[in-house]
Amino acid sequence: MIAYYFKLALLSLRRNLLLTALMIAAIGLGIGAAMTTITVNYLMSANPIPHKSDQLFYVQVDSWDPNQPYTEPNEPPDQVTWTEATNLTAAKQAKRQSAIATSFAVIEPERAEQKPFIASIRLAYSDFFPMFDVPFLYGSGWQESADQDLRRVVVLSKKMNDEIFGGEDSVGRNLIMAGTSFQVVGVLDNWELKPKFFDVTTGAFDEMEDVYVPFLLKQAMELPSSGNNNCWKPYEEGGFSAYLSSECINYQMWVELDSDAAKADYQSFLHSYVEEQKRLGRFPREQNNRLSDVMQWMENQEVVAEDARMMMYMALMFLVVCLLNTVALLLAKFIGRTPEIALRRAVGASKRTLFLQHIIESAMLGVAGGILGLAIAWLGLQGVSGLYGEDTKGLAELDLTMAALAVVLAIVSTVLAGIYPNWRTCSVAPAGQLKTQ
Amino acid sequence: MSELGPIFRALLRNKVGALLLALQIAVTMTIMVNAIHMIENRSSLMARPSGLDEANQFYLSSTGYAQDFNEQLVVEEDLRLIRQLPGIVDATQINAIPLSNGGWSMGLSVEPGEEARGSGIAVYFVDDNGINTLDVELIAGRNFSAAEIGYREANDTQWPQNIIITEAAAKELFPDLNLNETVGKTVYINNDEPMTIIGIIDQLQAPWVGWSAVERVMLVPQRTLFGSSRYFIRTEPGQRDAMIKATEQLLLDRDVGRLIRNVRTMEETRADSYRGHQALQTILWVIVTVLTIITALGIVGMVTFSVNRRRKQIGTRRALGATRWQIIRHFLVENALVTSCGLILGVGSSIALNIWLVDLFSLPRVGWHYLPIAMAVLLVVGQLAVLGPARRAAAISPALATRSA
Repeated sequence: MIAYYFKLALLSLRRNLLLTALMIAAIGLGIGAAMTTITVNYLMSANPIPHKSDQLFYVQVDSWDPNQPYTEPNEPPDQVTWTEATNLTAAKQAKRQSAIATSFAVIEPERAEQKPFIASIRLAYSDFFPMFDVPFLYGSGWQESADQDLRRVVVLSKKMNDEIFGGEDSVGRNLIMAGTSFQVVGVLDNWELKPKFFDVTTGAFDEMEDVYVPFLLKQAMELPSSGNNNCWKPYEEGGFSAYLSSECINYQMWVELDSDAAKADYQSFLHSYVEEQKRLGRFPREQNNRLSDVMQWMENQEVVAEDARMMMYMALMFLVVCLLNTVALLLAKFIGRTPEIALRRAVGASKRTLFLQHIIESAMLGVAGGILGLAIAWLGLQGVSGLYGEDTKGLAELDLTMAALAVVLAIVSTVLAGIYPNWRTCSVAPAGQLKTQ
Repeated sequence: MSELGPIFRALLRNKVGALLLALQIAVTMTIMVNAIHMIENRSSLMARPSGLDEANQFYLSSTGYAQDFNEQLVVEEDLRLIRQLPGIVDATQINAIPLSNGGWSMGLSVEPGEEARGSGIAVYFVDDNGINTLDVELIAGRNFSAAEIGYREANDTQWPQNIIITEAAAKELFPDLNLNETVGKTVYINNDEPMTIIGIIDQLQAPWVGWSAVERVMLVPQRTLFGSSRYFIRTEPGQRDAMIKATEQLLLDRDVGRLIRNVRTMEETRADSYRGHQALQTILWVIVTVLTIITALGIVGMVTFSVNRRRKQIGTRRALGATRWQIIRHFLVENALVTSCGLILGVGSSIALNIWLVDLFSLPRVGWHYLPIAMAVLLVVGQLAVLGPARRAAAISPALATRSA
């Protein structure tokens, strides 16, 4: 029977090809626009480290200006000072902890044909690698002792290892960086985080760094700062060490805490730490410490761009217009078919069968619209990548979940759109219609 | 307009259909008004002039890595050689590039002391060729002299005596003085370090295009010795691309142990900075256009159905003496009625959506003039969409009335 309904539905759709095409196009465009923007939002708000995002906490303490908050109404600064970065990591009050920061340096490859180039550096403590589940291709992160001993050790990204060492296992080899010889201890496997949650201060979708070196080398080698460097208080003369001991914030602080009790303990540790600093004449503002887990931090930093959300709302309204359009067209079409329906009812078709038959017809429209919508979403995402360029790398790709969602959304919305017109036409009284024939 | 009654009654026979169309038009109008409002908002941001001669400017970074790299000597010699190239108007060292989203800002106040209220201002370190290279106009006071240009090490905290600021910054610091009176005034940086305003330039944007104080800039007469220097270069009109090659070649040929990188034009920088705005505008235009087309096609489809259903009635009206124009008019008026209802609804929902967007995204209020424009556009689109099927309706032969179905 179902097969027969399919045939009938197909016949009916073919009877007025232009109209069918119009409805499919409307659904396709609506679904396409909605899926394009939903995909971008979905990828932007993805959890980059799902299995432990609720155990990793971003640390904020309010070391800012007594006269005005870092951000209204009373938000603590989004980074910490060198003093806090080094003290909090050295305190070892969490399961794992690492202050991190960015820098850059010139690398002079040993192969003569390769020119020197500038590499971006992630400064980190040894805990960084196990804390963020960093994948290694060769070797591993450095030993904890290397942090304090200021060992010149480096972990390379896969891309860097390909460029400098042609992709071989380079563990144990040396590398000239910032005029100093470093020993390679590890090479990462592919590691792309979207969003790059551990540091969103200069953009949540920035590229990953080229090399990783021990944090304290910044002081030992006077490595330059990159990223955002904000100061509320002018610092004393005295060169690099004066700068490091100033109230300038340029460092991100992460801790791993695996239970609520550990989190509460860390909170009280922060409280007493700040009290102690207050006694030293720092921290002129009231206590305002914060621990945010990964997803809270992403929300606080508004990782999903406003524009992307705005576009999604617009596209969803666009889908509403397309569906209203479909309802109206289906209604007009089904009403035009009342005489036929009346006849079929008169010869014995039940309301239910007729309803089913027409629902199948709308569902077929939905499937076609969904497939068209997928194609349009794909085109739309190509367009979005084209328009935004590098910024959207990895944020404008359809995955299977999204593709399935597109088709389901199309079918459900078209079937819903078909319910009222169906109900209207199937409830005609056969006698009245037949009389006028 | 005696037909209005019958048209209205005919409409009531398919209330839901009319309601759906009205709703569709209301939502279309809502999207249209708010999308065009956003587009206008973004394009007015993009239309702000930077104060530069963007078509003829480019910049590059020179980063030393050799142990014996002497930045001070290299920069001075580089700039001297670049300025000698035929086709180059001028060149300067600069710490940050306007519109590039990376730079340095400080707070200036008119009173010394920690409690004094500071105004944020972007800092460009330039030399005495800065004004000519940037192509900004000095409208009061004087330029830096060559003797005034000092050097700044990475961790220096002292500031030089003299600065030049933009008109916008002058107005912010000394709102009650005219520009000539502002020249010679003292302002304070780092709470209590005094600096004297020696000149005022007409306009120059800060590196951050989204900053509320984007027009507030100060020029500081120092060369930075930070290990990596930026050269900002202005060429004769039309010579830019040739000069980029020539300059790069010139610098590469000087073997002093440094890298040349980030060679970019101001036009690329502007496009990058405003890429998001540009993209949003394009996407919204596509949405508005496609939306209007879908709504129009929907109307065509619905009127076609309605004509097909009423063939006999139309034939009858024709047989009873209605002219073709009267038939066409019936459909035009019908559509106008429904569309108007939708548009009235649309005014309300457009404003409601705007209020919500203002709340959520701190967008400015929509200008009221968008409402009548959107209404007129949608009314015209609706009428044009009806015209095709209505003309086919008018072509129905009066003889149809005499045939039975």
